[in-house]
Amino acid sequence: MSRLSSTDTPVEEEAEVVESDEAREALLAKIQTELGDAVVGSHLSAGDDLWVRVDRSAWAAAGAYLKTGLGFEYFNFLSAIDWKPSPFGRDMDAQVDLSLGHDEASEIDMAIEQGVAGGDTRFQVFARVNDIVNGLGVTLKADVPDDDLSIDSWVTVYAGANWHERECWEMYGISFEGHPGLRHIYLPAGFEGNPLRKDYPLLARRLKPWPGIVDVEQMPGDDDPADAAETTEAAE
Amino acid sequence: MTAISDREQLSYIAAQAADARVNVEIETEGMTLNIGPQHPATHGTLRIVAKLDGEQVIAADPIMGYMHRGYEKLAEVRTYPQVTTLINRIDWVGSFANEVPFILAAEKLMDVEAPPRAAWIRTILFEMSRIANISLFLGDMGLQVGAVTPAFFAFRDREHVLNQIEAATGGRFHPNFDRIGGLKDDLPAGWIAETKRAMKKIRNFCDEIEGLLQGNEIFEARCRGIGVIPADVGLSYGLSGANIRASGVDWDTRRDNPCGLVHNELDWKVWTHPDGDSFARFWVRLQEVRESTKMVDQLCDGLPSGPVMAKVPRIIKVPAGEAYVETENPLGVMGYYVVSKGDLTPYRVKIRSASFNNISITPWLLKGVYVPDIVTILGSLYFILGDIDR
Repeated sequence: MSRLSSTDTPVEEEAEVVESDEAREALLAKIQTELGDAVVGSHLSAGDDLWVRVDRSAWAAAGAYLKTGLGFEYFNFLSAIDWKPSPFGRDMDAQVDLSLGHDEASEIDMAIEQGVAGGDTRFQVFARVNDIVNGLGVTLKADVPDDDLSIDSWVTVYAGANWHERECWEMYGISFEGHPGLRHIYLPAGFEGNPLRKDYPLLARRLKPWPGIVDVEQMPGDDDPADAAETTEAAE
Repeated sequence: MTAISDREQLSYIAAQAADARVNVEIETEGMTLNIGPQHPATHGTLRIVAKLDGEQVIAADPIMGYMHRGYEKLAEVRTYPQVTTLINRIDWVGSFANEVPFILAAEKLMDVEAPPRAAWIRTILFEMSRIANISLFLGDMGLQVGAVTPAFFAFRDREHVLNQIEAATGGRFHPNFDRIGGLKDDLPAGWIAETKRAMKKIRNFCDEIEGLLQGNEIFEARCRGIGVIPADVGLSYGLSGANIRASGVDWDTRRDNPCGLVHNELDWKVWTHPDGDSFARFWVRLQEVRESTKMVDQLCDGLPSGPVMAKVPRIIKVPAGEAYVETENPLGVMGYYVVSKGDLTPYRVKIRSASFNNISITPWLLKGVYVPDIVTILGSLYFILGDIDR
């Protein structure tokens, strides 16, 4: 697991990887047995990490089973992700962003492409819990459909989910059923919009191109930026 | 009226008060006390609205966001190397440690490994950030209970560490030194010897703090048994770092999941304390600084030679994927969940900062405590506002 360590013998590292891999496979099997069809996707990165995507209806049950059934007592974080790409482009590498007033949406690929463990909807809620005794962590994901942006709250399972769900509600507009008080946590009470949605514009960037864009311009002597791998310096 | 002695008068008052308690149903009216956002105990701009019944807190509601800078949104429009400039400002007294998990997550996605020397120097600077950060806590914890001297000592001795960080990175508070694939530079000449001297001074500082505070009657009275967090509650709130280790949970990411750093090649100990009170949190942090100085000494002795930068493209495009990397930062576990779509910029960065989870326990923890104890409890939980608000 210590990817960058220098003096670990290779044999030890190999053994470590295999061991934790088995643990994660067993864990995934247990979750699948308990939740049955509610597990709609999973991804296991050998010796590294585990993602499990569950159905929205089984979100609370999955949390409860992980905590009480599998010893994942440690609540790490909960958040969401918006898979629909920003209509404003990606700013750094999109040349369209350098000129103002063009038809932005037409030039940008708006295809939704979900990440690890798949997905069907624009929004996904994801949370991470840890089993600190065995040193395992698992990231749970759940699809949240556009027409009903809500999911069960975890507050009764993991008390710490309270603030994370408030943040998620404020930033993405996803409501959590059974949450004791969904109100703004960072933003002022009357704030409109959900800033972390991709279609929420970062106004400063819309008005003025980021001066840092010069960093990715071609340097003298580079024929093709993609082939500039021989330079050891990071682009800074 | 005959003159009565002080003693008699006192016992009379006490009897009256006892009568009042027994015979009269005392109606107390609730009061709302607003603590902060500008308050010395809030390390920035945390505001706590406390509902009081007499001197007792019946409900506490922390209100933050005064310093919300939206780093998760801003990171989406910056290249990976530019993001480190932002995240330096999350925990601003241990800045280098903020960069490490993000860089490690990016390296994990790119499948790049930093050379051994870079990993070792990273670990040195990581631990020095911890010393700079927690030594400030050790001074501040005294300040919370009225002892001003430790604060001066802390600022005096933290300087030795900051000087070394500055000598190596060029930045006292915001090094911005970590790069995908290694470090910006190697260490300057003579740095190792000077660092070891600084570590000796920090160990002296720890002894001084221990002498000043531990066993001090006022300090013990204000901290022992105050703000007790049971282990299971702490875990379900996601507490980390010294806050959870002070509740007897033997968990340290540096030892249990040493992703990219070299702590497991060193001889050190994870300290825990069974009590879970304010004093335990102070005590665990004090021992942690000592362990860190030992670690830095060992790292300086065993520093391998070689380059400090792996071969990486000058223009960094991170392959599509998702990675979560967490490290044991000064304030607790800090992690970055990085989602990449193969662009120059991350698609989504979820910053899991330690203080946000650590402080989320306050509505539970402050219920029933007395007003003066709010200060020591908040002080002992030790948060940095930038780490809450992000």
